[in-house]
Amino acid sequence: MAKDHADGPEDYEALIEQVLEAYPAKAKKKRAKHLQVSAPDPEAEPDPATGIASKCDTTKSNIKSIPGVMTVRGCAYAGSKGVVWGPVKDMIHISHGPVGCGQYSWSQRRNYYIGKTGVDSFVTMQFTTDFQEKDIVFGGDKKLAKMIDELEELFPLSNGTTIQSECPIGLIGDDIEAVAKQKNKEHDKTMVPVRCEGFRGVSQSLGHHIANDAVRDWVYEKGDGGAAKDYEPGPYDVNVIGDYNIGGDAWASRILLEEMGLNVVGNWSGDATLAEMERAPKARLNLIHCYRSMNYICRYMEEKYDIGWMEYNFFGPTQIAASLRAIAEKFDDKIKEGAEKVIAKYQPLVDQVNAKYRPRLEGKSVMLYVGGLRPRHVVTAYDDLGMKVVGTGYEFGHGDDYKRTGHYVKDGTLIYDDVTGYELEKFIEGIRPDLVGSGIKEKYPVQKMGIPFRQMHSWDYSGPYHGYDGYAIFARDMDLAINNPVWGMYDAPWTQPAAIAAE
Amino acid sequence: MDETDLQKDLTMSELRQIAFYGKGGIGKSTTSQNTLAALVEMGQKILIVGCDPKADSTRLILNSKAQDTVLHLAAEMGSVEDLELEDVLKVGYQDIKCVESGGPEPGVGCAGRGVITSINFLEENGAYDDVDYVSYDVLGDVVCGGFAMPIRENKAQEIYIVMSGEMMALYAANNISKGILKYANSGGVRLGGLICNERQTDKELELAEAMAAKLGSKLIHFVPRDNIVQHAELRRQTVLQYAPDSQQADEYRQLAKKIHENSGKGVIPTPVTMDELEEMLMEFGIMQSEEERLAAIAASEAQAG
Repeated sequence: MAKDHADGPEDYEALIEQVLEAYPAKAKKKRAKHLQVSAPDPEAEPDPATGIASKCDTTKSNIKSIPGVMTVRGCAYAGSKGVVWGPVKDMIHISHGPVGCGQYSWSQRRNYYIGKTGVDSFVTMQFTTDFQEKDIVFGGDKKLAKMIDELEELFPLSNGTTIQSECPIGLIGDDIEAVAKQKNKEHDKTMVPVRCEGFRGVSQSLGHHIANDAVRDWVYEKGDGGAAKDYEPGPYDVNVIGDYNIGGDAWASRILLEEMGLNVVGNWSGDATLAEMERAPKARLNLIHCYRSMNYICRYMEEKYDIGWMEYNFFGPTQIAASLRAIAEKFDDKIKEGAEKVIAKYQPLVDQVNAKYRPRLEGKSVMLYVGGLRPRHVVTAYDDLGMKVVGTGYEFGHGDDYKRTGHYVKDGTLIYDDVTGYELEKFIEGIRPDLVGSGIKEKYPVQKMGIPFRQMHSWDYSGPYHGYDGYAIFARDMDLAINNPVWGMYDAPWTQPAAIAAE
Repeated sequence: MDETDLQKDLTMSELRQIAFYGKGGIGKSTTSQNTLAALVEMGQKILIVGCDPKADSTRLILNSKAQDTVLHLAAEMGSVEDLELEDVLKVGYQDIKCVESGGPEPGVGCAGRGVITSINFLEENGAYDDVDYVSYDVLGDVVCGGFAMPIRENKAQEIYIVMSGEMMALYAANNISKGILKYANSGGVRLGGLICNERQTDKELELAEAMAAKLGSKLIHFVPRDNIVQHAELRRQTVLQYAPDSQQADEYRQLAKKIHENSGKGVIPTPVTMDELEEMLMEFGIMQSEEERLAAIAASEAQAG
């Protein structure tokens, strides 16, 4: 029987070749280094949890996108304001420059938080210096200083301010550091200048790094210790790093860690306060979820405060259990027992979810294209539902991300780095998976192709997806997308001979 | 080109736009104001646009430093759209119109963007109507796109580079020529010629002429050094106003006449490499070649020994 769509490594190799054919020679050569099919890696140790050892490294990643290809990458400002700093709820984040960057990042990324917005929390509010021509010509330092004074008067309960630089700030050489120092003296609050001008770097990834460095320089190195001064550390103190609490992810994660007996000192940076960041160096261990955006500060804390760090994965019951046990290994028997209790406690929920959804989702194929940690971390959650990830890729991953992907993704999976609009569309057309998980820009074209879709950046306005509670919601959402009856009505009635005959 | 374009082109060509560039401190503002004061004697109506944040390009014509610059007033009022032309257009010596672009204090903001903003404002608000000459006085080197504004399309047709026999002035002249070359093909800008403002360096006239030849241009005028310029400047006047019968005033009249007659005779400059420039300086014995330098050291050592 002839296959009507691409399936298996040979087909995927052929598909890559076919897609590359559309490019001019130079672009073809460049793009070829970002596309491949994962292969078995006989030299690598199989991952203890997944038993997988494949080679997913594309030849190139984290390099400049080719002009004209429709990349979906963001900029350094997006990485700092939109990802790392924006969710810190008790600080005011000023979009410093013309109005657009702030306007279009208004409301953040569904980073849920507890607090009174406009009183002691500010995540979904938008502050901008709204540069005009005169601010470009004469510099915006004075305006920035005045704005910080006004904000202090309007929002006295804010615990600090970050200055998120937009492109022009770097061009006209505004001295935001001097303003930050001055205002820190005057208001006795933490002021953080962040040089995350959008033109820096090749994607939002550099913005994450710059934002991490700003925490290091302006919260730790230049800070006076803040909330850490009166904090008495305990033996089970941990920080959760790189959980942005999208749709409540961090809450669904924290509950598990606390139930096993750990004390979460701070969650970075979803629902975070400045005090949580200040206390972080007193914790015993850094648990890192989104490695890509926050490994930098973990490495710094390791070097400076001698705090170890480990990665974990709270997507899907298999990885949750493996992660809980791995985390417990770093502590005493009390915590180890706690981990086992937590796993046992939630097993009935897992069984229920699997019993209900696995039969409806078994064997369904998925293609992913997201950022940060998800292109690998959610793969095993789909495995738990009996689904199969056939293609995945990172918007702004580096070599170390692709290395890590080899622990999650089986060989024979299509891997695409910084995929272009054209490539992704052709891959989806060729493979015709049962589900695509990506962002808002991909959602409607994919649905118009007649393929179910879930946004995997924002959880499509649902969530949380982390933890056991999240797994139940994740399973339900995938079922809603794939088994939606609307897909049965995709073809027009008059193109269905059976329907006509029945009348 | 359709008819309206052609007409526009004709009206544009009636207005002569020139610009003075050159190394900082070379005497651009002094030379240009004196020359324009002489040009006005030939019945020309003139507008000076100062493109220097220091706002001292019109001091000798206005007999005082311009207080209200385009950018400062625009900033005070909120934006450049709130500004009226008469707020910034001042009339000085012999009805010469003067505008200073102004700009930020040193080390702040973006002066280049300021130049772009104010030139656009002046054009849109009819500052160029009813004048025969627009002269731009631009600071130092062409450091960024903003300061290249006057040499872009439909702005200055000819650039006059004020220079001297000093090495750095020659370097600057060469660099500015590179800027002109860049825009010469997209727009219509040309190098009008070099004006040597005498510093009494060795073989200055010959060197200036050789430099002009290297650039494919000519030395328009050699302005001799005369202390009377300094005397006039201290009184915030041009020599033409302070001592109209002096020899120096005549020098500026000659320069004005040459510039007036130079209309349409500008060239696309042929800037040289640094090596070529240094070779030329060696030819003139201003810079020692490496062999000469070593020979000189050997000689002095032999003498000492």
